[in-house]
Amino acid sequence: MNPLPVTDEFFGRVDVAIPAKAEWVAVARLTVAAVASRLQFSVEDIEDVKLAIAEACTNSIQHGSPSDTIAIACEVSSDELRITVRDRGQGLRLESVGETGFKEDGRTEELGVFLIRALMDSVEYRVDAREGTELVMIKRVLA
Amino acid sequence: MDIKVNVRESEGDAYVVDLTGEIDVYTSPKVKDAITELIDQEHYNLVINLEKVRYIDSTGLGVLIGGLKRVREHGGSVNLVCTNPQIKKIFDITGLVKIFGIFDDEQSAMKALV
Repeated sequence: MNPLPVTDEFFGRVDVAIPAKAEWVAVARLTVAAVASRLQFSVEDIEDVKLAIAEACTNSIQHGSPSDTIAIACEVSSDELRITVRDRGQGLRLESVGETGFKEDGRTEELGVFLIRALMDSVEYRVDAREGTELVMIKRVLA
Repeated sequence: MDIKVNVRESEGDAYVVDLTGEIDVYTSPKVKDAITELIDQEHYNLVINLEKVRYIDSTGLGVLIGGLKRVREHGGSVNLVCTNPQIKKIFDITGLVKIFGIFDDEQSAMKALV
């Protein structure tokens, strides 16, 4: 499928919800990759987005309950893909993760969050004791 | 989506683990089981061949790191064979290139074990 033409009016949103179970992460990954492929991203950028959404879902699964749902919204504009991931868990702590990668005595659990931050252009999150976690990741199309 | 794991004996006491497919939160336990079984059988020199792996995430990296830590306790090593640029990039940005020996072919990875 070819990328959509870039116009100022172009905007779209795709929502998908998956069970918070390991076997469903591939569905999220492939769905978001399909959305990303509609923009003018390089193959490498699409691979980055695939890994980032997979890491976000994995984090949700590791800090949530299998009966939970992970809600993913992909908002597409001409120059960026904004992905919002919502779950009921309390699991994301971006500030606790170092900037320089994995150290030999490091915790492997932090690798996923490190990768999200390294691969996406902007990452923000909000943790609410009642509502859960909301992660917003943005990948921009290079001019 | 699945991962195929094939374990074979190589030169000396070394073993090769051939992986084919995608390594993520769903499939990585299968990889972990194969590596754990080898280590439990006291095989501490391993080459893990990622040439046919199309995708790896942090859970897959965690399995490889866990295996490396265990074999090192016994004076062993884990070398990787990896030619996929996207996967090499993941090892690069996470800094794991400094922890693992990463080679373009199995022969080089095997040679570096000894």
